[in-house]
Amino acid sequence: MTDTVTHAEQSPEQPQPFAELGLKPDEYQRIRDILDRRPTSSELAMYSVMWSEHCSYKSSKVHLRQFGEKAPATDALLVGIGENAGVVDIGGGWAVTFKVESHNHPSFVEPYQGAATGVGGIVRDILSMGARPLAVMDPLRFGPLDAPDTRRVLPGIVAGIGGYGNCLGLPNIGGEVVFDESYLGNPLVNALCVGAMRHEDIHLASARGVGNLVVLYGARTGGDGIGGVSVLASETFSEGGPTKRPSVQVGDPFMEKLLIEATLEVLHAGLVEGIQDLGGAGISCATSELASNGEGGMHVWLDRVLLRDQSLSPEEILMSESQERMCAIVTPENLDAFLALCGKWEVEAVVIGEVNDSGRLTVDWHGERIVDVPPRTVAHEGPVYERPYHRPPWQDALQADGPDDLPRPSSAADLRSTLLAMVAAPNLASKSWITSQYDRYVLGNTVLAQPEDAGMIRIDEVTGRGVAISTDCNGRFAKLDPYEGARLALAESYRNVAASGAVPLAVTNCLNFGSPEDPEVMWQFAEATRGLADGCLELGVPVTGGNVSFYNQTGGTPILPTPVVGVLGVIDDVDRRTPIAWGPDGELVYLLGDTRDEFAGSEWAHHVHGHLGGLPPVADLQRERLLGEILVAGSRDGMLTAAHDVSDGGVAQALVEMALRSGVGARVWIPDGIDPFVLLFSESAGRAVVVVARTEELRFTEMCAARQLPAYRIGVVDSGLGPDAGYDAGTQVLQVGDLFTVTLDELAVAHEGTIAALFAS
Amino acid sequence: MARVVVDVMLKPEILDPQGRAVQGALGRLGLTGVTDVRQGKQFVIDIEGDLEGERLELMHRLAEELLSNPVIEDYRMQVLPDAQDVAQ
Amino acid sequence: MSPRVGVVTFPGSLDDRDAARAVRIAGGEAVALWHGDDDLHGVDAVVLPGGFSYGDYLRCGAIARFAPVMASLVDAAKGGLPVLGICNGFQILCESHLLPGALTRNDSLHFICRDQRLRIEDTSSTWTADYAAGQEIVIPLKNGEGGFVADERTLDMLEGEGRVVARYLEVNPNGSRRDIAGIRNERGNVVGLMPHPEHAVEELTGPSTDGLAFFTSVLNSLVASS
Repeated sequence: MTDTVTHAEQSPEQPQPFAELGLKPDEYQRIRDILDRRPTSSELAMYSVMWSEHCSYKSSKVHLRQFGEKAPATDALLVGIGENAGVVDIGGGWAVTFKVESHNHPSFVEPYQGAATGVGGIVRDILSMGARPLAVMDPLRFGPLDAPDTRRVLPGIVAGIGGYGNCLGLPNIGGEVVFDESYLGNPLVNALCVGAMRHEDIHLASARGVGNLVVLYGARTGGDGIGGVSVLASETFSEGGPTKRPSVQVGDPFMEKLLIEATLEVLHAGLVEGIQDLGGAGISCATSELASNGEGGMHVWLDRVLLRDQSLSPEEILMSESQERMCAIVTPENLDAFLALCGKWEVEAVVIGEVNDSGRLTVDWHGERIVDVPPRTVAHEGPVYERPYHRPPWQDALQADGPDDLPRPSSAADLRSTLLAMVAAPNLASKSWITSQYDRYVLGNTVLAQPEDAGMIRIDEVTGRGVAISTDCNGRFAKLDPYEGARLALAESYRNVAASGAVPLAVTNCLNFGSPEDPEVMWQFAEATRGLADGCLELGVPVTGGNVSFYNQTGGTPILPTPVVGVLGVIDDVDRRTPIAWGPDGELVYLLGDTRDEFAGSEWAHHVHGHLGGLPPVADLQRERLLGEILVAGSRDGMLTAAHDVSDGGVAQALVEMALRSGVGARVWIPDGIDPFVLLFSESAGRAVVVVARTEELRFTEMCAARQLPAYRIGVVDSGLGPDAGYDAGTQVLQVGDLFTVTLDELAVAHEGTIAALFAS
Repeated sequence: MARVVVDVMLKPEILDPQGRAVQGALGRLGLTGVTDVRQGKQFVIDIEGDLEGERLELMHRLAEELLSNPVIEDYRMQVLPDAQDVAQ
Repeated sequence: MSPRVGVVTFPGSLDDRDAARAVRIAGGEAVALWHGDDDLHGVDAVVLPGGFSYGDYLRCGAIARFAPVMASLVDAAKGGLPVLGICNGFQILCESHLLPGALTRNDSLHFICRDQRLRIEDTSSTWTADYAAGQEIVIPLKNGEGGFVADERTLDMLEGEGRVVARYLEVNPNGSRRDIAGIRNERGNVVGLMPHPEHAVEELTGPSTDGLAFFTSVLNSLVASS
């Protein structure tokens, strides 16, 4: 029997399974207070899913406020935090929207579909702002490369991202692949999408205009992931606990492609008053948010929803997370035109409701009232928690256990073998086995893609205006000091964008942490958000939106705190991009910034010694800003032929990647007064390797000197080193001072072999 | 000799985009009244000797864990005793 | 007036804008054709672009082949209309029996996206006339089901009649028989190609501009014959 509002009024004592739906007793009581009766089962379903951590941000909200409170003054932000995704003005009448979201838990349960639907969800977020989705990126984190569970989840996740993104026709232009013990049993699958639109095409999720119609279009509603968002994202998976596994959401990228084209056509035809994608919490979320943002009232005939499975109950329909669905607000006059365009793209559409000024969200099921709630209480006025937090007692000991006593390579031969071991380390090795499964060419506007520092796409084919994006985070730094770790993640992402020649403009983030109910994890989260907000203020780049993923832990062990930061930059003409490959013989290699003896949290300490302790590198954001200005000026004025940020693996890794990308060797020397090992492998922040043509050298070094940015000439591109080093003429060689030489072939074998060897069938 | 035939289908509640696309095409090509299409796969496995006891159990386990993905798929397994009888 | 080259959009076509851009850069006029329209709108040539028509469900190209536009296209192609099928377009041409053989899942079982070296083996087709015989080019390749297969007799026939248009060099990325990357029909007006010349028409976005000659070839032949 359907649990109607009338029935609920008549049966106040009927017990309800609120705990099983993830609600706490006081939360349940609050729902009863709001409604002044017990909720119907449909209302309970709506509140439970909308008040889940995933949808309501109840544990993170008080900390995330800093992103608004500390936002730097900027006129680049057209739409701020709170909408599906922030919108940034990139000039020329263009607006860009970008966002990163997590799909960690579903990807552990079913790697292919979990990752695929993660891509689909973030693409619809961008689409619902009125933008054409233009590219995706995927920051991924796994357990150790050789762990059995990594071998289970990695190929599936990569295939899922490729399978969905490739079929959808969006180039995959970057991301990260990181391996660490803490992600074993809890891989991180973050998905970023960027889209663009003309200023006048920005659309918001609100149901305006009494009498306007609510149209649900796209895929039919089935039993996908019922409760997935709340149950899955709110509870840690316990060992072998299939009971917590909901039915998996299956993505249909073909339907999503049709949905994109149909949506852009109805938006451009001016047929839409408001629009919202259906993600986690499905119809519950879309209707309550649309109503809450608009006139405040909406009525829904739930039995009109087109179903894939006729046996679904109204509660299940409200909670279903079936993919590839959108909700639009359309005037009655425009309805026929709207339906016709959907028909053109073979997308099903049906009117399920109407906007009113009742101040209530009401839902009927076959003529019976099953929901009657104030929509703001569902969508925006959920519980907010000030979770207790404290600095972990082990933090001091961790920071005191620095890397200074770790044995370092002393001889030239040791340095050489360390270099070869480092470029083959899973975190530094080539990721081409993974990225070659992604289409980077589709749409024909990809200017830079992995393994470049940032992905760059052309937005305006006439003027060449474009954007660059990078995502970064070193979770080990964040563990050593979450505040500094978040600032370092921001700094690295900012630096990568600047290295490509683009001016950093805005920030998105995906904050992956353990359980917020653990005060130590909550401290990590509080410190990381504080660090990121402070850092954004200092660098003058606002946070436009983001996502929080809690409960990333296996048993009682949380993952490394992983605040993934995405920075977006704008470049007036993508023709002036700076790649990482250096040019022909004679070009000069400069190291910008200061190199200190900083190895805590470094890849060397991790890979060679399995050590994590000490204090992370200094994050001097004023220096980052200056470095960024020099990198952008060098690109704009044609002084730089190549640039590469220095981060994981240090200068050695940067040089190897530049050499392998260009296929040309180089002679490198160690500046006076610095230890070769420190120069090669330290991970001091605020540095980049740049390549300058001889004709531009004076102009460039004078600029650095005038701006007081240290610049050291550390090498020269040279394709003719083979014979002197004892190889055949034509053999490309990297020569490091008078210490050692190594051929590019040797480096390539080490760099390319690691991941391919494990996964190539 | 034994022949094992394993049919793997998506679980009924799981969306089948392929079946849906084929359903649309059948309609466009004039076949009316198609209410549902589900696409599956079939494995035909020939094995030496009898398949019973532990080997049969292992076959069942592999059908579930290898040939199908138990998170989203069901399998149905038939063991045909003599491959000679069913070979074309 | 520059020749008009139609680019067909099926539900799930992805590289249709890229094909149109390549036509424009080569100097032609790109005309958008819709799968549900049985009229070719008087175009002088047609590109069936890459993508995942109908999600590549059932078999790649198997559902698109029945689109209304294809009935007109098959007739026109038999009458000599130049048609280039790229990737998914190649698959559709095989499903439509305008070209022999079929395309199967990559032998690696993975989708592969790489800059691929090819040798142009035949310059007699309408789409390859601007290349030098034996010319080596590098253009993007991106497919999950790009392995060209046909029976031995058909393969021998294609080789014997010089109908292998392009062959993979250095790496066979998908297990294609005899490293075949592209073939043509007997008359030379219909070409199917697994790699993507439309992604190699600008220095900025492609690994080279080696793909442009596919488009200039057809435009030059159309201008010469008009």
